Amino acid sequence: MSLRWIAVWRRNVLVWRKLMAAAVLSNLADPLIMLLGLGYGLGGLMPAIEGMSFIAFFAAGSLCSATMFTASFESMFSGFSRMHGQKTWDAILYAPLVIDDVVAGEIVWAASKAWLTGSTILAVVAVLGLAASPLALLALPVAFLVGLAFSAVGLVMTVLAKGWDFFSFYMTLVMTPMMMISGVFFPAERLPAPLLAVAKVLPLYHGVELVRPLMSGSWPGGAALHLLVLLGYAAAGYGMAIVFARRRFSA
Amino acid sequence: MSALSARSLRKSYGELEVVSGIDLEVQNGECFGLLGPNGAGKTTTLRLCLGLTRPDGGSIELLGEPVPARAREARARVGVVPQFDNLDPDFTVTENLVVYGRYFGIPTKSIQARIPGLLEFAGLAGRGDAGLQTLSGGMKRRLTLARALVNDPQLVFMDEPTTGLDPQARHLIWERMRRLTGEGKTLVLTTHFMEEAERLCHRLAIMDRGRIIAQGSPRALIAEHIEPQVVEVHGSGYEIWAERARTLCPRVERVGDTVFCYAGDVEPILSSLSGDKDLAYLHRPANLEDVFLKLTGRDLRD
Repeated sequence: MSLRWIAVWRRNVLVWRKLMAAAVLSNLADPLIMLLGLGYGLGGLMPAIEGMSFIAFFAAGSLCSATMFTASFESMFSGFSRMHGQKTWDAILYAPLVIDDVVAGEIVWAASKAWLTGSTILAVVAVLGLAASPLALLALPVAFLVGLAFSAVGLVMTVLAKGWDFFSFYMTLVMTPMMMISGVFFPAERLPAPLLAVAKVLPLYHGVELVRPLMSGSWPGGAALHLLVLLGYAAAGYGMAIVFARRRFSA
Repeated sequence: MSALSARSLRKSYGELEVVSGIDLEVQNGECFGLLGPNGAGKTTTLRLCLGLTRPDGGSIELLGEPVPARAREARARVGVVPQFDNLDPDFTVTENLVVYGRYFGIPTKSIQARIPGLLEFAGLAGRGDAGLQTLSGGMKRRLTLARALVNDPQLVFMDEPTTGLDPQARHLIWERMRRLTGEGKTLVLTTHFMEEAERLCHRLAIMDRGRIIAQGSPRALIAEHIEPQVVEVHGSGYEIWAERARTLCPRVERVGDTVFCYAGDVEPILSSLSGDKDLAYLHRPANLEDVFLKLTGRDLRD
């Protein structure tokens, strides 16, 4: 690997800047409508959860799941389009870059885009008065880490994919259930023990466990473990993506 | 020192050996052609030379760097025009060049300084701000050529650079390729067009089924492998005439409804045809395509 991955990242930034309106709308409108609609609408009917209003509780989950979705969509659908449809990766590989650089540039880019989603949601939540503590600022690096973890895993799917259909399996069988059991909508501790055990080996749970206390102004318990799991997914995902991408491209 | 040399190069995909021990030597400043039917192993050979694919055997040296060990360093001084355009569809002409130059680590300012010259070279002057969707196929091909030159390479690989282009666009690409060799750059070209190879290549290699079956200058290959004159004959009664032709000329081939007569002296053939109103014929000098078809056969390839 070399620092040339930055050129790959910059290429994607330039495309994003040119098509910004649609990108921002699709990455932000959905989660914000959900946050406000469910948070105030449904939340108005609900009792306090863990000592906070439903919308305050849901805000952290919303930030993490929206970050997950942005990272996954970018690394899978947009990444596959660049890799397979447009053959952008082939063009890059004629230059003095190797596939490891391309994989790194793609992962960091998808994480950057996801971070933008996460941080915008944090800003909205702060404006609503739901993240008053300065500790909430630490949710920013956490959002980037959540982005890295899901971008890396998403890119593994991309370099393994034969076609677009492949991503439906991951989204339906992995992402949607993960969102339900990771404490996004309700405390994960309410789950039956086996499901909670599953949630605890998945990255989203650990993102939510970090962001929720930070937003409400307290230090997250077991922060080191949560960070390690997220870092582990990012690192393992990067490693696996490289192995499969090398197999796909330098055969 | 040669610009590119490959020794005993081998590459298999599963059971199929795509490149079966080839030797190549490309001199600095020459245009070298790699010819062969579909599936001959041309593109795989280019990928091996660029270090994009690992060989199963043999050694490669590209611009003095061992490949694949130092392929990255070699590619910094190499340009590639791929068989299929893979320009960035979301970018303008200029953005395509700027972004591509960054992959080589060239500062944005230096790339921008080079862009007017590159656009002029590609016949795209004044089109810098055009979106990619507005370009014709020929313009995209020329932009791909400009992109391959963004790092001012010493050697350019061109994989079927004129496939699918109209004659005007093809002639412009040919003229630019001659300009590049005139500037001392080395070109390695794969093509199906024998006319293209005959016009442009100083030397060429004909590949078939993963092997190089002939190598040399176009003229030398024609002189070595084929009789200098060709008469192509078709029309009603060609079958009977073909039998007579075999007594008049050393080599006669029948392909579909056409008879090809190859000879040093075609006078007997021409006089036998002169009285026959039913047969149409074309008398021409032998060319590289005749050599190619003689060496690789006339069967269709997939």
